[in-house]
Order: sequence, then structure tokens, then C-alpha cells
Amino acid sequence: MNERMKKLEGLMRSGRKALIPYFTTCYPGAAESLETFKALAAAGADCLEIGIPFSDPLADGATIQASSHRAIEAGGSLRQGLGAAGQLRSAGVEIPLIVFTYYNPVYRMGLMNFARKAAEAGADGVLVPDLPVEESGLLREALAAFDMGMVFLAAPTSTAQRLRYAQEHSTGFVYAVSVAGVTGARKSIAERLPAFIERVRQAGDLPVGVGFGVSDPEQAVEVAGCADGVIIGSAFIDAYEKGGPEAVGRLAGEIRTALDGAF
Amino acid sequence: MLFCRAGGGIITGNRRRAGYRGASVRQNMRKATEMNREEADTIEHVPDTRGRFGNYGGRYVPETLVPCLEELEAALMEALGDSSFQETLGGLLHHYAGRPTALYLARRLTSAAGGGRIYLKREDLLHTGAHKINNTLGQVLLARRLGKKRIIAETGAGQHGVATATVAALFGLECHVYMGEEDMHRQAPNVRRMQLLGTEVIPVSSGSKTLKDAMNEAIRDWVTNVRTTFYIIGSVAGPHPYPLMVREFQRVIGEESRRQILEEEGRLPRAVVACVGGGSNAMGIFRAFIPDKSVELVGVEAAGHGLEGPNGASLAAGRPGILHGSLSYILDDDDGQIKVAHSVAAGLDYPGVGPEHAYLKDTGRVRYTTVTDEEALEAFETLSRLEGIIPAFESAHAIAYATRLAAQMQKEDVIIVNLSGRGDKDLEAYWELKGLQG
Repeated sequence: MNERMKKLEGLMRSGRKALIPYFTTCYPGAAESLETFKALAAAGADCLEIGIPFSDPLADGATIQASSHRAIEAGGSLRQGLGAAGQLRSAGVEIPLIVFTYYNPVYRMGLMNFARKAAEAGADGVLVPDLPVEESGLLREALAAFDMGMVFLAAPTSTAQRLRYAQEHSTGFVYAVSVAGVTGARKSIAERLPAFIERVRQAGDLPVGVGFGVSDPEQAVEVAGCADGVIIGSAFIDAYEKGGPEAVGRLAGEIRTALDGAF
Repeated sequence: MLFCRAGGGIITGNRRRAGYRGASVRQNMRKATEMNREEADTIEHVPDTRGRFGNYGGRYVPETLVPCLEELEAALMEALGDSSFQETLGGLLHHYAGRPTALYLARRLTSAAGGGRIYLKREDLLHTGAHKINNTLGQVLLARRLGKKRIIAETGAGQHGVATATVAALFGLECHVYMGEEDMHRQAPNVRRMQLLGTEVIPVSSGSKTLKDAMNEAIRDWVTNVRTTFYIIGSVAGPHPYPLMVREFQRVIGEESRRQILEEEGRLPRAVVACVGGGSNAMGIFRAFIPDKSVELVGVEAAGHGLEGPNGASLAAGRPGILHGSLSYILDDDDGQIKVAHSVAAGLDYPGVGPEHAYLKDTGRVRYTTVTDEEALEAFETLSRLEGIIPAFESAHAIAYATRLAAQMQKEDVIIVNLSGRGDKDLEAYWELKGLQG
């Protein structure tokens, strides 16, 4: 198994609440997103999700739809995103990098070709929101050939059997989506979250990260009460809008501090 | 044989035969998994239990939706085998929608084309003015079986939206239809129809503001409200079991046509022609003829202004890829970004196509061709003036190609064209285009 993902898994098991930010590559431009990823790493992120912009992001809410649209106009693509991963490695970023992409760009690049390029760039894992476990066999095989794995989603609607699939085939952690819905900041976290996370835990051994709707330090602490990590995306896009990479780094730092203080 | 001709169980409401067909569907779904791949991979045995038509199809959706699709698949299989379901649907298709529809010999169009005899399958005569109602009636009955009280749909031309709004009104269900802003403008009469029927039409302003974006938005709604909501997809596209389900609810078109042409002419047609956007009217009329090897099946895609420019011809100009939950031919660029399609017909203005069409293209059983905006508009005028029938812009694509094909045939040859919808919705757009040209 991939060393960096193994390390992340160990860290999440040890009780440190992982902060896993998402940001859209090439939003609003290649240099700006690279600075933002670096700022997130410097602020204490434990893993980065490099969001690949897609023309039809059907699992995403308005914020990431807008950032994706703008990123594509600025030249963002899977190729560009993998390039960004390579630049982060050259800049000394050592935390795991997860490529978050819809399936068609991967399919178009070719699965083996994608796996090789991702590995060369220094990526460690791949998350494809429109690729459920059953359809993922070929991609998992291609990634395994380059010592990479996938992270699968667990949803509140998932059956016990499907939660076991997610546990069995994920690497590092399972990504539990806090609500049935699309990505985006929400005012409150579902009351039923702890019960759902418990179901995910019963389905296997991997640590559980929670995403979709988490937007500030208070919510992060609330979610981390039952989970091993928080995944935050749209809130960082919003922060960028207000104050660029510094604002994103500042928000990540506040969340990091809040998590460290609470647990 | 799986999903083969089993004698109009749906339309006749014949208990015994309808029940038999449903049972055979399930048996054969099971059998398909036991057979070796080559055997299962024949045209009459698709899709397999994973929703695969050859390599195409499948279920490429967010995890949240997968359990719901599994539940839907089970309900569909059960319903297809349930004679009371078939009877209810058959009754509605007959008494409410107006089936069977006429198969009409278009004499003046035939003379003008100068060759084979052109028959029109008059789906335009159905309640709401298009074939779409066949499918929405079937799906709304499934929604009731599953106890879902809220209906959503996407629409391009507005015909599927109207057909969905109609069945929602009929059964007293809450209904929301997503429609691209561009299409709301092009098909304004249908927007007003939906609103009158009590449906909320939600404008979609993302992307190309057309069918593709309406579908994205509908999927986002569904993923959020999946527990209470039934998503009625209007085409043979989307994740498994939608391509199978929509085909099963539309196959009545071909079953009727086949029976009618045998009654009328005593023989099978040389060719069956239908327009293809997502491809539901084409799958509906093709399916019954697939085992009849002597019948040429022709799908007509939208070339827009020509295949060099933006078009709606995923099979002619595209390649395999993933869009809206299934693997099929799509229009995308080298980065895998979906392209913006173009057709004068909103219902064909889509950068994807149903996975079964992709499979039928690769196997060679169906030939796919294209017709430009200009040719379709000409056929729109021709059919109106020669036959007193105003076709939908979408159906006009099929008419345009059929007249071309008829000209190459002998007088005794027969062509059936699926006249999938009527053109009232397109009048405004037509006169606007005429104004620009004239």
C-alpha cells in the first residue's frame, strides 16, 4: 500500500483529527491555485484533494460548479491538475495528494495512462464521485499497478452491504458524505450523522472522514466528534473569493487550531 | 429470448401474456448471467444484470443514488411481471393516452419523394402530442408502487416535461421540471402548458442552458431528495435501469407498427426510420423489428449546421465516454470535457445518446445517419403542406431522411417513419427563424 496513505491512515487512527481540504485546480488560475494548495499544506492540512474541473459536475453544488467553470476557462484540466500535483511535490509538500475527478476525463486520458501520469506526478489516491465500487474494477487495477488506491464514498442511503464495499476497496480512509445531496456549505450538520458514522465504522476498519457541508471551525469540531477527519471544499472556495490564498490558509489554520484544541 | 417480441402485453392488458412476458424477463435476466459472455452478448439479450449493452451502459452515479437505483430496478422487474400493473398501464395507454396510434400511408409525401411508400407512425396523435407519455405513464405507476410523492424530470423540447406534468396532475403528485433557459425560450408554449398543469418549471442557467444542463440539475435535486423523490427520465439514457425501463415502456410503438404494417401490407417494411437525440422514440420503434433481419433500421441524428460545427450527433461525430450515468457515445474534447451540442430541435440538442444505441451502432444492426437543421426545416414545411401534418422539429429530421431514402427505393417498398411528436411547440421558433432568413 502507498506509504503516504498508510501514514495518513495511521494518523487518523491515532486520534489526530485529520483536516482534508479540497480546492479546484486552476481556479481562478494555475498560479493562484498552486499558491492556495501550498497555503493549505502550510496551515496544517493532513492531505490535499486536488479538484479537477469538469464541465458537468453533477455531484457538486453551486460553489464548486462555479469554480470548475472558471477553472476550465483558465485552462484547468486533468492534465493541468496532475501537473499541479507534480509542482507541489517539487515544492516539498509531503502530505498525501488525492486527485478528485469525475470519470470522463480519466476515461478519455486512458486508465493506465492516467495511473502512470498520476503516479509520476506524486499523487497517492484518486476519488471519482461518479464511479461507484461496482464500476471501478478497471481503474483500481490500473492504479494498483502504480501503488495507488481509491477513496470511495459512503452515503447515508448506502446499505450495510454497500458500506462494506466502500470499506473494503478504499485506501487510507472512507469518505462519508454527511447528507444525501451535493457538495456545498450548509448551516447545520445533520443530526443523524453520529448514527450514520457508526454504521460506516461497523462495516470495516478504515478511519472515516466526513465531507459535504462542513464550512467553519465549529462545524469541523462537531463533525470530528464522531469522525476521524473532516473534508472541506466549498468553504475554501468561498474564502478564496474573499481574500485569496491568505484567507484560505487563515481559515484552514483556524480549523486546525480548533480541532487540536478540542481533541 | 429476452425482452423480445412477446405480443403487446402492455397495450392489450392481456393478463396471461403480460404476466408471462414479465416472468420471462426476470428468468432471462438470471439466465444471462449464467450464459457465457459471448452468448449473453447478443442483441436480443441486452442488457445484462449490470445494465450493460455490450460494453455500454452501466451505472456511473454518486454513491447516494446507487441504493435507489437498485430499489428501482427491483420494482421495475416486479412490475413488468405483474399482470395488474400491465393491465393498469394498458388501460391508461388506451383510454387516457389514445393508443393504439394510427399507421398512416402518406400518399402525397410518397409521390413527392418518388419511390417507396412512406408510412407515418402517428405518435404525434397521442395525448400531450408526443410518444413521451408512453414512458411517463409507466414510470408514474412505478413511483406510486414505491410510495414516492414527489416527481422530478428534465426536459429539452418540453414534450417530456409536459408528459411528466400531465401524469403528475393525473395522480395528484407534486412535480418539478428542470429546463434550460435557452429551451424555455425556444419552447415557450410547453413551459406554459406545464405551469397550467400545476408543475413548477425550474430554469437552468448553467452551462449551455439546454437539455444536458437540465439533466445535471435534475440529478442534483434527486441526490438531495432521493428518499421522497422519483426521477422520471425521458430518454433511454442515464444509469441502469433507466435505458432498459424507458425502452420497455416505449417498445409498444414498434410492436403496434409491426402488427399494423403486416395487416396493411401483408409484409414487413424495408426500413424503419426514427430521429435520435437520447433515442427513446427510436428504441421504442426499433425494438420489435430487431429480430427481423430484412428490415433496415435507421437512426437519424441532428447534424446542426453540419458535422464540422456544433451538432447533436454523438454517434456520428462522438466516441465512447461517460455522461449522465452511463457509458455511451458522447461529444467531448480531448480533456474529457463535454461539448455543447447544437440542433434547431431542442430534443436532439444533447451531447450524448442512450447506451443501447451505441451497442446497436457497433454491432451494425442499426445504421445511423444525420440531417442538418436546414434539411429538417425543409421537411417540416414539406410535411405540413403535403399532408396537413405539422411535425415536431425532432421528427422532421426523420422525415427528411426518409424521403431521401424512399427516393432510392422501388414503388412496392415500404418505409415506416416514427412521427414522434407534433410541431405546435415549434411554431414560434419556426417563424422566428423564417424572419431571420427572410
